[in-house]
Amino acid sequence: MSKINQIEGKAVPVEGNDIDTDRIIPARYLKEITFTNMGKYPFYDERFDAEGKPKGHPFDLPQFQGSHILFVNQNFGCGSSREHAPQSLMRWGIRAIIGESFAEIFAGNCTMLGIPTATVSQVEMQKLQAMVKANPEIKFTLDLDKKVLFTEGKEHLNFEIHESKRNALVNGTWDSTRLLLGNADKTAAVAQKLPYVAGF
Amino acid sequence: MSKGTLYDKVWNAHVVDKLPTGQYQLFIGLHLIHEVTSPQAFDMIAEKGLKVAYPNRTFATVDHIVPTKSQARPFQDSEAEQMMGAIEKNVKKFGVQFFNFESGNQGIVHIIGPEMGLTQPGMTIACGDSHTSTHGAFGTLAFGIGTTQVRDVLATQCLAMDALKVRQINVTGKLNPGVTAKDVTLYIIQKLGVKGGIGYAYEYGGEVFDAMSMEERMTVCNMAIEGGARIGYVNPDQTTFDYLKGRKYSPAVDKWDKAVAYWKSIASDKNAEYDDVVNFKGEDIEPIVTWGITPDQSVGVNDKLPEVATFSADEVKTVEMAYKHMELKPGQSIKGTPINVAFIGSCTNGRISDLREAAKVAKGRQVSKSVRAFVVPGSQQVKIQAEKEGLDKIFTEAGFEWREAGCSMCLAMNPDKLQGNEISASSSNRNFIGRQGSKTGRTMLMSPAMVAAAAVEGKVADIREVLK
Repeated sequence: MSKINQIEGKAVPVEGNDIDTDRIIPARYLKEITFTNMGKYPFYDERFDAEGKPKGHPFDLPQFQGSHILFVNQNFGCGSSREHAPQSLMRWGIRAIIGESFAEIFAGNCTMLGIPTATVSQVEMQKLQAMVKANPEIKFTLDLDKKVLFTEGKEHLNFEIHESKRNALVNGTWDSTRLLLGNADKTAAVAQKLPYVAGF
Repeated sequence: MSKGTLYDKVWNAHVVDKLPTGQYQLFIGLHLIHEVTSPQAFDMIAEKGLKVAYPNRTFATVDHIVPTKSQARPFQDSEAEQMMGAIEKNVKKFGVQFFNFESGNQGIVHIIGPEMGLTQPGMTIACGDSHTSTHGAFGTLAFGIGTTQVRDVLATQCLAMDALKVRQINVTGKLNPGVTAKDVTLYIIQKLGVKGGIGYAYEYGGEVFDAMSMEERMTVCNMAIEGGARIGYVNPDQTTFDYLKGRKYSPAVDKWDKAVAYWKSIASDKNAEYDDVVNFKGEDIEPIVTWGITPDQSVGVNDKLPEVATFSADEVKTVEMAYKHMELKPGQSIKGTPINVAFIGSCTNGRISDLREAAKVAKGRQVSKSVRAFVVPGSQQVKIQAEKEGLDKIFTEAGFEWREAGCSMCLAMNPDKLQGNEISASSSNRNFIGRQGSKTGRTMLMSPAMVAAAAVEGKVADIREVLK
């Protein structure tokens, strides 16, 4: 399992509060039984018109191609628990998301995929989004050890991230199956003590 | 930090270990799975050569993609048929109990769990679906997870989790006639916002909840997630115990008293400490209708739509987007808004009591000529019960279609979809853009009785006036 300490790259802004996971990936794409194609679908209905022509969404603008960091606002990823949402962003190229706040299930799903969800204040996010719109070529470095977003040639910005999520990423234990399996005996002991498991 | 709440007690009883990350390893008492969010998880454990660790604590059904007109196989939609094939293969390969069409217990996962007595107080319950919060009505910690987490539960019966804070939400007094559990949950979301619950579990209490049936409590807990709270719960009481008695998976008669004693012990203590407490009055709640694209954009049925200037600066963008998408204007009445489609069903309002309330409105009335109306029972058992009571006849005579059990137009993964910019009155839980299958489709959420009233009037109506 790889340790995730730093993520470098350009950033793409997707503005708006309460962007739900139905908007990130419409339900019709959840009928596929693998995640393989999900990279084609993020924000699909906001990106393409009825004829499939791009409408000018940031994910299609040439200046934001190759971005690894996503800048969002409040309550990003609310609604459905579909992991297809972070899968589609990841497979499009996103490695880290910085926002004002995240929906609980979405943030948990991101951590399971090794994608940090870092938060900054509203004022700071508005500045960051304006900055990349004006100059999309700026390179950022999200440093999880220092909890600092380094902006090429600009000031540094402290961000917040849930400490346990940060630990999981920097220690390389974000893919938790092995960690949990290691406690199989303790798990059995807890199960045995639960009255409903034993049938009362 | 909360202390002595049901949340604290159930959490502590299920903690296996504190992990090196600072997260907790939590044992999951009941794992519910469905066809959409499980195939990749089964593939992941197969790839690692792992088995399902606790197959007897794992139950599967099909609900999201199933057609509701005819459930004959193969399904017309080849992708849906392939997905159906995947869950059939996986439950067989991994020895998981499966409630398929032939079982007589198929239905929406959050309806069949309680219906069969699988859902019991004091459990931790996980499912790859955000509306798992529904099961909190029984005094459980029940929450939605993603597919990689489904993998972890399959492989280990555990999750790596962080603890939530606990907010007590009291609704005191009594509800006015015509006001339902759906209106209570929409009201709470309207007041606390769709982000208000981030980082919290909601404990619902007060006289209004004490007086609610289990099905009503399920409706409220179902939409905790729409207020940002991953978990919503009600402390178990006599209503809970009475509901569970005699169900298929409920404790046997000779174990009953022991079970009830345990269930009582996990309820929040009288002197429990909460991270936050909010109080509402039942009398203040009106029948509620959403007008926007998030579940907190709602008004009382007799209210005018709010002016953009009444919102805080950071909400304005979403509000303007909502008005544009919904083709509605500030200042206009929601009552009288014409509808094209009426949908009664979903994990929020697809239970027998919901259908009874809607049937009271449908009885002796006719669906408006301009409206396509249909009723989708939440489970095969709900359908059987409704037919026993003659509700199906009431609906069909009134001009509603009577369908087979499934999630249907709540999320439109099956053939039930809005067309173009059609606008629906819907008893489901999300009014997100595109949610009901058309990217220009529009959704107004309301109680099932209000949906039935809108169906017969052809427009949003006040249930209290229609039933007069």
